Order: sequence, then C-alpha cells, then structure tokens
Amino acid sequence: MNKKLNRFGILISSAVLAFSGLSASAQPYDTGATDKEIKIGNTNPYSGPFSAYGSFGKAQAGYFKMINDQGGINGRKINFITVDDGFSPPKTLEQARKLVEQEKVLFFFAPLGTAPNSAIHKYMNQKKMPHLFVQTGASKWGDPKNFPWTMGWQPNYISEGKVFAQAILDNQPNAKIAIIYQNDDSGKDLLAGIEAGLGAKKDMLVARETYETTDPTVDSQIVKLKASGADVVIHGSGPKFAAQGIKKVAELGWKPTQYVWQVSSSIGGVLAPAGIENTIGVITSAFFKDPSDPQWKDDKAMLEYQEWFNKYMSGSDPTDGFYIQGYINAQTVAHVIKQAGNNLTRANIMKQAASINDLKLSLLLPGVNVQTSATDFYPIERMQLARFDGKAWVLFGKTYGD
Amino acid sequence: MSATTKKIIYALSAIALFLLPFLIEDFRVFQVNLVLIYAIAILGLNILTGYGGQISLGHGAFYALGAYTSAVLISQFGMSSYLTIPISGVVCLVLGVLMGFPALRLAGHYLALATFALAIAVPQLLKYKGIEHWTGGVQGIVLEKPTPPFQFELFGNELSEDRWLYFVILAIALGLFWMAHNLLSGRVGRAIMAIREQPTAAAALGVNLTFVKTATFGLSAAYTGIAGALSALAVAYIAPDSFPAFLSISLLVGVVVGGLGSISGAIFGALFIQFVPNVADEISKSAPWAVYGAMLLALAYAAPNGVMGILKNIKKRRQA
Repeated sequence: MNKKLNRFGILISSAVLAFSGLSASAQPYDTGATDKEIKIGNTNPYSGPFSAYGSFGKAQAGYFKMINDQGGINGRKINFITVDDGFSPPKTLEQARKLVEQEKVLFFFAPLGTAPNSAIHKYMNQKKMPHLFVQTGASKWGDPKNFPWTMGWQPNYISEGKVFAQAILDNQPNAKIAIIYQNDDSGKDLLAGIEAGLGAKKDMLVARETYETTDPTVDSQIVKLKASGADVVIHGSGPKFAAQGIKKVAELGWKPTQYVWQVSSSIGGVLAPAGIENTIGVITSAFFKDPSDPQWKDDKAMLEYQEWFNKYMSGSDPTDGFYIQGYINAQTVAHVIKQAGNNLTRANIMKQAASINDLKLSLLLPGVNVQTSATDFYPIERMQLARFDGKAWVLFGKTYGD
Repeated sequence: MSATTKKIIYALSAIALFLLPFLIEDFRVFQVNLVLIYAIAILGLNILTGYGGQISLGHGAFYALGAYTSAVLISQFGMSSYLTIPISGVVCLVLGVLMGFPALRLAGHYLALATFALAIAVPQLLKYKGIEHWTGGVQGIVLEKPTPPFQFELFGNELSEDRWLYFVILAIALGLFWMAHNLLSGRVGRAIMAIREQPTAAAALGVNLTFVKTATFGLSAAYTGIAGALSALAVAYIAPDSFPAFLSISLLVGVVVGGLGSISGAIFGALFIQFVPNVADEISKSAPWAVYGAMLLALAYAAPNGVMGILKNIKKRRQA
C-alpha cells in the first residue's frame, strides 16, 4: 500500500515537474521583458518649436520613477526610454527604429504628435509592436481593423463633437447651430462628430464656415454666421482664431450660446485676449481635473498628484496641464502592465490594452472612465462641460459620451 | 602613391561599401542611408555656397519640393519610385534656375534673406487646401518602401528593404559626387569660383555671369531635390512638419562643418547633422540644443575651415 502510494506520488510529482518545465520553456516573454525589468520606448519633442509638449514625456518619466521607487509593477522595474524627436517625422521614425531594433523595447507608449505618429504608424504595425495611447487628438488612431497594434488615448475631436451635439440636444433642443472650424483634419473631425451626434436632427446645423490658419481674421465668417439667425455658435478654431471669433460676436452685439473646444480653452491664451467680459458664459469640455482649478484644492487624488509633483518634477510649472495628462496616461499604461501579469508578450499587452473595462482613474473627472474593447480603440470618450464664470471654468451638467 | 596601391585602395573601399550594410543592423543601415542623403543635399548647397559664394538659407525648400514631387508622383500617378528621382531633380533644377534670377541682383545677405523666405514659406504652402488632394495636407503622404528585386543572405542578414535602398542611394550618391568632382575641377568650376572671387574680372575674361550664376543655382537645387526625393523613399512618409525652416539651417551647418568648397567634406557635414543632435539629446533632455550649440562652437573654434580643413593641415604637416 505504502509502496503504491509512493509510486503514485512520484508519478504526480514528475508530472508536475514536467508541466512546470514545459511552462518555463514556453517563456511568456517577448524581447524587452525579463523577470526584473520591462523596457518601454517613447518619443517626445524635447527640442524645437513644439518643445512645450515635452512636458508629457517628462511627466511620464517622473511617474515611472515613482513606480520604480515603490518597487515596480509585479516586481519588475519600468525602464522608460524616452528620446527627443523635435516633432520631425523622419527623426521620429529613426528614433523609434533605434528603440525597437537596438534597445529592443517590449512596446511603444505615448509618442507625441499627429505627424510624428503617422511616420511610425505602419512601421509599428508591420513589426507587430504595440503602439499604445498615442498622444494626439486625431481620430485615425482607433482603427483596429487596419492597424491592430495602434491605439489612441485622449478624447478625439469626433468624440468632442458628439459631446457638444448631445449637450445642445439636452439643453436647447430647438437651437439653430452655427459652426466655424479650422479647415484641416481636426476641424473636419469636430464637424463630423457634431453631425453624428445630432443624428436625425442634423438640420439644426444652419451655418458652417471655415478658415485657413493663414487668414488674418475670422471677422467676415462670424458676420455670416450671425446672418444665418443661429442662436448657438461652436468655435472649432485654434486659440488665436477662437479669441478673435468670441470678440467679434461681442462686437456685433450678438448673444448666442457659445461653445469652444478644449484645444482653445486656455484662460490666458484665449479668453483674456478675447476680453474677459465677452467670455462669461462660454462653454467648453473637459475630461481631467485641472490642477489650477480651486475646486480640486483638497481633492485626495490632486493632493497625491501635488505631492508627486513636488518630489519628482520640482522646478516645473505645476499649473501646466500637459504634466497631468502625461501622468494620467502613464497610470493607464501601468494598469495594462499590471493586468498583463507574468505573460509579457506583445500580443498579451495589446490584448490587455484592448480589454480595459470601466477603469476609473482618480484624476479624471468623476464619471469619465477608460474603456476599450477589441473593436473600440478609443480609450477616453467621455467629457463633461464647463462654463466660464469670469474667473474659472465651472463644471456643470452630466458626463457625456460613450 | 603608385597606381597599383591606388587601385588596391579603390577595390578595398568598394568591397567595404558592399559589405557594410550586412555587418550592421537594419536600423543602422537606415541611419547610413540618411547620412548619404544628407551628404547629397549638402554637396548641392556646397556647390552654391562653397564654390559659388552665394549663401542660401532656403535649400530645405528644394529638399521638400523634391520629396513632394517624388511622393505625389508615386502615390497619385502610380509611378515607379526610381523614375521619380530624376524627375524630382529636373523639377528642382527648373525651380532653382527661376530662383537664380533674383539671385543675380541680390548679393550676400540679401540673397540669404530671400532664400530664407522660401524656407519659411514652403512648409505652410504645402498645407494649402487647393493642392490638398495631392499633398494630403497636414497629414502628409504615406508611401511603400521599394522592395528589393531579388533575395539573398549574407552573414545571416537578408537583403531587406533598407539594405536594398542603401545600394540605390549609394549608387546615386557616387554618381552625383563623381559628376560634381568632374564639373568643379574643370572649366565650369573655375568659372564658378572666378565669379565668387572677382565677378567683374570674371566677366571681363568672358565668363557669362547670368548663365553661370543661374545654372549654379539650378544645379545646386537639383542635387538637393534628388536628396529630398530619396529621403521620401527612405522614410516612406512625408508631411509639411518633416521640412521645417530649421532644415535649411541644418544643411548650411553641414556645409560649414564639412568645409566650404570641398566635395568630400559633405560626408562629414552629413555625419554631423545626422548624429550630433542624437548625442546632444543623450547628454541633456532639458537643453539638447544648448549642447548642440556648444559642440558647434567648439568645432568652429578647433576647425575654422571645417573637417576638411583639419585633414588638409595634417596632410601638409606630413609632407613638410
């Protein structure tokens, strides 16, 4: 009996051994991942005319430094290799190839800019390299059918257009809407979103005007919009032109409800030049907590953020909204890495990124979440509206978006 | 050097150039390709600035136009990639000659400013909506890399797209360098340099100023345009952001670093503008251009006549 049991035991233990041996030889790691470390590649414009955007990459580097000081993710340190591309697409490709082929990163995370990402879009997909949470608002990053390895992150301009449309349907169902937009992909995306959001009520859109970035002013377009009899104006214009547009509306003595997209919601850069008294009541959209907004002064997540900022980013400007977006984006990818567990293959990283279920990050606005699926490569699509009260943006109403 | 040793050196260099791409990683090959492309562009600018004595701060514009000509012909008209390269050269030659006419009247700093206007205008003009269905507007054009016509392996490295492109670019670069060498060491070269030194005396000796000056400008633009076309093929993506005004300055930096009025100096200039920004970024993330500036200053101090100036000095000392 004893002997028999012994034999049985040996049989089982040898089976277990064989099995564990098997799983060890299967090595669920792709190049760039080990028991100790995960290598992540990134490009950012640290030099050149767009170097202000470099704050994104600096914040991400600071976030991973904190993660590593706390012991890493699942016991592995994050080796975040971020390099300068000066916002030049050929340089982005060169640097990205260096990181992929020489540094051998596990995946690529949050490269910045529409043109730089376009330069590496095809390359990343040919190499089957996860190209995650790219930092640009264009809508082309959520195309899992043709580009299964690329994923966006922030709400794109189509989502924002939909949010505006839904809010108008809720608040002024009989509105006549006029829009002015920049004649490029970002402006066209916004318009497409508004039209999709209005759906059957597309007739509410009574006037559309465009402008070129080379135009001196948008005055004549605003005059035409007023002549259409609209009572809602959407400014899908860059900062300078949004300021001109809002000012012209006031000069004409016109009093429509005005929406301005998030790109042009800077108080110092847009509202002040338009004349603060002209901008009271203007509406914009937001998806994260603004560090300069006094209402989050005692918010737990914001206090943690400030503490991190003082420790890892000291000397930088704490009100710069790019830092906090970079930080939240890094939190998102940290979640993906955690979910991937010990199966650190590129396929699994991508699978985890494409199955984020209602992730709530505490620096996003309440109600805004991160949500993806195999067919939905747009992680953040919800936004909340905010109205300018002469001093700050005041959030109001419900959260919109899918 | 005897004729036989020269022959041996040539043969060895040819073998080295052939083996090089198979000894390094694919991405390094891509970097070498960029160096060769920059070298062609810098050589083009050097013909104008180093030999002709005319300063251009706008050659990035010709580089961009060459790249766009090639990309539009490939993506819109399905033309063979290789065929678009000489076409880009011809287009830029014509544009260069046209630009050469105002250059006749504008001397020195004024010409620099006029060409600089070109450099800052072109990236914006490329976004113009009237031509957007060709140029792709701000989104640019995505291209396919030319595929190698045959397959083989050497040292375990296959003839990849980048390696194949290396040979294409190398052949074109060698041809263009050889042409520049023949042209500049002959009658034409002497006429170009005579105008740089003493335009009045050159005219008195029967040099046709109008013709030589405009032709120099055209030739210079053609070289840079061909380089631009090759860059479109190597990167397989172009957008207005690929050609900022700073590119023109970089090319001029390359000319000066390599050595004004030197053909082989273009290679050193290209190495500088390709790799020094990378090194600067590795030294400091917060101020890469300050590091770049410091290196440039150090070089200007140590080698006032560029890298070729240093090499010439070494040669002289040995002979002395």
